[in-house]
Amino acid sequence: MAADPIISLPIISLRGVTKIYGEGPTAFQALKGVDLDIQQGDFVAVMGPSGSGKSTTMNILGCLDVPSGGTYLFKGHHVETLDRDQRALLRRRYLGFVFQGFNLLSRTTALENVELPLLYRGEDKKLRYEMGMAALDKVGLKDWWDHTPAELSGGQQQRVAIARAIVTQPDVLVADEPTGNLDSQRSIEIMELLTDLNRNSGITVLMVTHEPDMAAYARTIVHFRDGLVESIEAGVTA
Amino acid sequence: MLGTTVILAFRAINRHKLRSFLTTLGIIIGVAAVVTMVTLGNGATAAVREQISSLGANVLQLRPGQGFGRGGGGPRPPDFKERDLTAIENQLTGVRAVAPVVQSSGTAIYEGNNWSTTVYGTTSAYSEVQQWKVADGRLFLPDEEEAGKSVCIIGNTVRTNLFQGTEPVGQRMRIKGVSCQVVGVLATRGQGGFGDQDDVVVMPIKFVQRRFTGDRDISQIMVAVDDAYDTSTVQASLEELMRERRKIKAGDQDNFNVFDTKQISDTLTGTTTILTQIVGAVAAISLLVGGIGIMNIMLVSVTERTREIGIRLAIGAVAREVLMQFLVEAIVLSCLGGLIGLFLALIASVAIAPLMQVPFLFDVKVNAIAFLFSAAIGVVFGYFPARRAAALNPIDALRHE
Ligand SMILES: Nc1ncnc2c1ncn2[C@@H]1O[C@H](COP(=O)(O)OP(=O)(O)OP(=O)(O)O)[C@@H](O)[C@H]1O
Ligand SMILES: [Mg+2]
Repeated sequence: MAADPIISLPIISLRGVTKIYGEGPTAFQALKGVDLDIQQGDFVAVMGPSGSGKSTTMNILGCLDVPSGGTYLFKGHHVETLDRDQRALLRRRYLGFVFQGFNLLSRTTALENVELPLLYRGEDKKLRYEMGMAALDKVGLKDWWDHTPAELSGGQQQRVAIARAIVTQPDVLVADEPTGNLDSQRSIEIMELLTDLNRNSGITVLMVTHEPDMAAYARTIVHFRDGLVESIEAGVTA
Repeated sequence: MLGTTVILAFRAINRHKLRSFLTTLGIIIGVAAVVTMVTLGNGATAAVREQISSLGANVLQLRPGQGFGRGGGGPRPPDFKERDLTAIENQLTGVRAVAPVVQSSGTAIYEGNNWSTTVYGTTSAYSEVQQWKVADGRLFLPDEEEAGKSVCIIGNTVRTNLFQGTEPVGQRMRIKGVSCQVVGVLATRGQGGFGDQDDVVVMPIKFVQRRFTGDRDISQIMVAVDDAYDTSTVQASLEELMRERRKIKAGDQDNFNVFDTKQISDTLTGTTTILTQIVGAVAAISLLVGGIGIMNIMLVSVTERTREIGIRLAIGAVAREVLMQFLVEAIVLSCLGGLIGLFLALIASVAIAPLMQVPFLFDVKVNAIAFLFSAAIGVVFGYFPARRAAALNPIDALRHE
């Protein structure tokens, strides 16, 4: 399923991307010129020491934050020139997110959480239900559709979050330490789920992790150090 | 898009019932307090106005002595005579009607029923002076007045207590031991500034003088001023006329007094105006306090909800949609609170008005203003904090603790 890197254009391409937090004397440069190409259909693990700029890069890739400098091409289009609303529409259409802290809406059932992106897309009730249930089925939580986050375990909550991220059939799934809050058994389940989505649904997966065991599921491993890409290596599954 | 945000707004309200309730509570209390107070205040004002108008407009009361009552020691100032009445009628300009009054209290009896009341001896002019109307029957005929016949017109309180359902006109009753024929019943005037104005028996003055007071003195003269004339000018010339007639030297004190009923009404109207203003101010403060309450809850809840805003933005909501949801929430909660407040105010006013003996007056304007004001506060304070949150980068909103 992996596209041939020589002939196909990368879905994501960063060139000299910088990010400076704050202003004046307290300003801090988190990214110092990141160059990174990600191919359609790849499964990328991002590793590196704490504070090396992994999350910062992911947030920029996911259009949740804007770079201070450099260019970001998504499917060949410049993203750094888009305004807030255009970036929101890009997220809505092409991107899915999974966070370390799950970030589900409280007091809201699993199904309603999963349906939310469809609601913003303006899908009707019937389609929302069908797609929402299909996504929950894919993460193995079909029978838990009417449970709120408070009634679900951490692993289940993260699977609901994954269902929410994939319900719109995004091109890219961005996951920042998706297993960071889970024990190893739950982590393995999540990794198998991500691998399945990557292999069988053709979703490009970008995942930050500190654990080599988790990175072992990836096809490509990117190492960050001090706000720069240090090295890129092929994963064991490649 | 609007449909989506409305769904989301209602879901959010439903899911966070306590928060929604607390937000609404400020509005409910504010609106209920304002509307109840102003409604009751208006009722009280109306009640006072009613009493004032029952006094009769632009009437001068001429009495012997200084002020109300007869005053301290010294000889009792003389009452008035019929000559004084004629002089006022003929020599004073700006007079619409003049009526003499003598007063006597006594018991009325009809078929075993007793009722203690006040007997007014006067002439038909009295009805013109006081703007009293006869509801049943008629006023005195000229020959009845001339001869001082034993006829009477009764007030509604007397009718109710003495006749108890029997049609009184044409009946004979006894008053202070004397038989008299009822020729009319006065239209109800209600509780006036000076007690029950329907608790009276009116008889020709000549009869009252002959049978009850025993002399031909007149204890009070009521002068109705023509609307075209200034009451105080007429009052001044009346005082001058009386000083002349009673031979009071310049510099000496009057042994009579002229009381302008308009003074009472002016005083009372002034008092109620101040009262209404105070009530209005208190009401406005409570509305403001309610508004601050809404503001607090909204600010707290937006801080609390910044992460939620971040989640919505992250999964592809446009800032406008998130804001719209908060706006709809604020509108729904504010309007709901406003309506509940109006409803509670209605119940409270209807319940309290009779206890205060004031009429219940539903004022659309007061209700509308209170509702719109609270709704506006709710919307403004619901919207602006949310706008700040929605202006954040999604990631900053998500990181918000
Ligand atoms: N909002 C912010 N304001 C200021 N500095 C920030 C902000 N976010 C990140 N940083 C700084 O930028 C640097 C990179 O942060 P980033 O979160 O990308 O690191 P990371 O590689 O994800 O680390 P970790 O593995 O601990 O998650 C860090 O030094 C961090 O302190
Ligand atoms: Mg990180």
